[in-house]
Amino acid sequence: MNGFLFKKHPKGKQYAFSIAIIIFVSGICFGLSEFLGYRVVALILLFTVSLLAITLDILPVLLAAALSAFIWNFFFIPPRFTIHVYSTEDTILLIMYFVIAMINAVLTYKIRQAEKISRLKEERANSVKLYNTILDSLSHELRTPLAAIIGATDNLQTNHHLTKENKEQLIAEISKASLRLNQQVENLLNISRLESGHIKPKNDWCDMTELVYDVVKRVEENNPGRKIQISINQSMPLCFLDKGMLDQVLYNLLNNAAIHTASDSTIGISVSCHADLLNIMVEDTGGGFNDVDVKHVFDKFSRSKDLKTARSGLGLSIVKGFTEAMSGTVDLEKVNPNGSRFVVSIPVKTSLIKFAEV
Amino acid sequence: MSKAEILIIDDEPQIRKTLEITLQTNGYLSKSAVSAKEGLIMAANHPPGLILLDLGLPDENGHVVLQKLRQWYTNPVIILSVQKNEEDIIKALDNGANDYLSKPFRTGELLARIRSALRDAVTEDGDTTLNFEDIQVDLAARTVKKNDQLVKLTSTEYNLLSLLIKNEGKVLTHQYLLRAIWGPGYINQSQYLRVFIAQIRKKIEDDPNRPEYLLTESGVGYRFISKA
Repeated sequence: MNGFLFKKHPKGKQYAFSIAIIIFVSGICFGLSEFLGYRVVALILLFTVSLLAITLDILPVLLAAALSAFIWNFFFIPPRFTIHVYSTEDTILLIMYFVIAMINAVLTYKIRQAEKISRLKEERANSVKLYNTILDSLSHELRTPLAAIIGATDNLQTNHHLTKENKEQLIAEISKASLRLNQQVENLLNISRLESGHIKPKNDWCDMTELVYDVVKRVEENNPGRKIQISINQSMPLCFLDKGMLDQVLYNLLNNAAIHTASDSTIGISVSCHADLLNIMVEDTGGGFNDVDVKHVFDKFSRSKDLKTARSGLGLSIVKGFTEAMSGTVDLEKVNPNGSRFVVSIPVKTSLIKFAEV
Repeated sequence: MSKAEILIIDDEPQIRKTLEITLQTNGYLSKSAVSAKEGLIMAANHPPGLILLDLGLPDENGHVVLQKLRQWYTNPVIILSVQKNEEDIIKALDNGANDYLSKPFRTGELLARIRSALRDAVTEDGDTTLNFEDIQVDLAARTVKKNDQLVKLTSTEYNLLSLLIKNEGKVLTHQYLLRAIWGPGYINQSQYLRVFIAQIRKKIEDDPNRPEYLLTESGVGYRFISKA
């Protein structure tokens, strides 16, 4: 395993490392050359080159092979301290040594390449699986509201027996479905922003009280009848962060809680800031996630199997993605008896302006 | 007073249709243009009372259209945009747009913006007192009353509030407000603005956490509206 870690080092370091190891091992052998035959030294050096082949890129290994062949010839094969080789046997040995060391390097390299290819194949298979899940989920999430809209408009256009009340209900359905579609599109855009990998937070001073109340208002509007309890210290400092990202994090957490819990359960959000660490807790008392869910809840398109309420499962991966983009963490804890609590922690710069200054 | 004529410049037929119906049933006259070129010609031939301009036109960038319009057209322009891109919105406001709406928008929102944009264009008379439900502002005496009680405002708070009130219904960008109240050296000191807005809300709003007058346009600026 160590070898794979070492592979990430820059080329220069690898060359230095392979030269150093060969010189070190040769040095020890040189010290012991009274007790060791020079052929044993060849085996020891070959062994060293093989070990290097496991850990290093091919070029540093080839260098080690060449260097060790030279050292063996110069320092060990009689006559010592010359590059001359007298006996034919030794010449053959030297050539064999060099060839085996090379083969060693090349073969190990090839094995590693093969490993890499099979790993890539596996990743591709996984992404195909993810892609299929996305398609399944998307077609469901987009088609359901579309079906509602098409059904309702058809009815309004062709059904002449509709009462005024019926019509109002159908129109309300169209409105609800289109808002849901809009939210889905918003989520997809956010996910593609996160997937593209290069989103940077655009930080500005943010009044947390204002943000929290604004998000809560939107969640309550989109989930009629739900009330969310807010607990936020009135002397909360201004926080330097990306308001748009945090908005999405809080909206998805609260909206999720509102969708997945019984209408009589309580949802609460509390915000505090200690030593430049912003802590946000979103708690509910109902529904809850089971133990399996807790592990997978932040995975893309994960959806609790017990829940009938259909949603794409993008919400919590957006929460995780944006929180991490702001260098923060998010965790899910279970709260007795069957509630759940999301804890978001984000390191922030804070500012408490005194009025005398302005 | 005859009803204002509104020119819609948008290439999407569905949006044009919906807008036309909304406007006509609410007592406005409306005309539509499907491209920047057509829109500019129609605006020049018969200047409308207000223009709804889509930023994403096929033949020309909406920002350029806006700049061309603003060389001679002085009535309100409201921007419609599919992207909630704050930089885009700020750029449009800096280029002379009176307001913006990002698609999809609610009809009520659209009508409210049109009303306040048209009011901007009409009222510029000598009256120095303004009334909004339970708030009265006397611009000459520099006083603000809430429920007939004098509101104690610092000089900076008053300047900020009265600037927003004079532009009632209109979004003022962070940079604009910072420059106007604190000066050009302060346009990046957005924390001042946050603090003062929070402070003013405590004095004029029934519930400062659920403001009804002084609204935040996230990432863009602030807007003072009269309570619906």
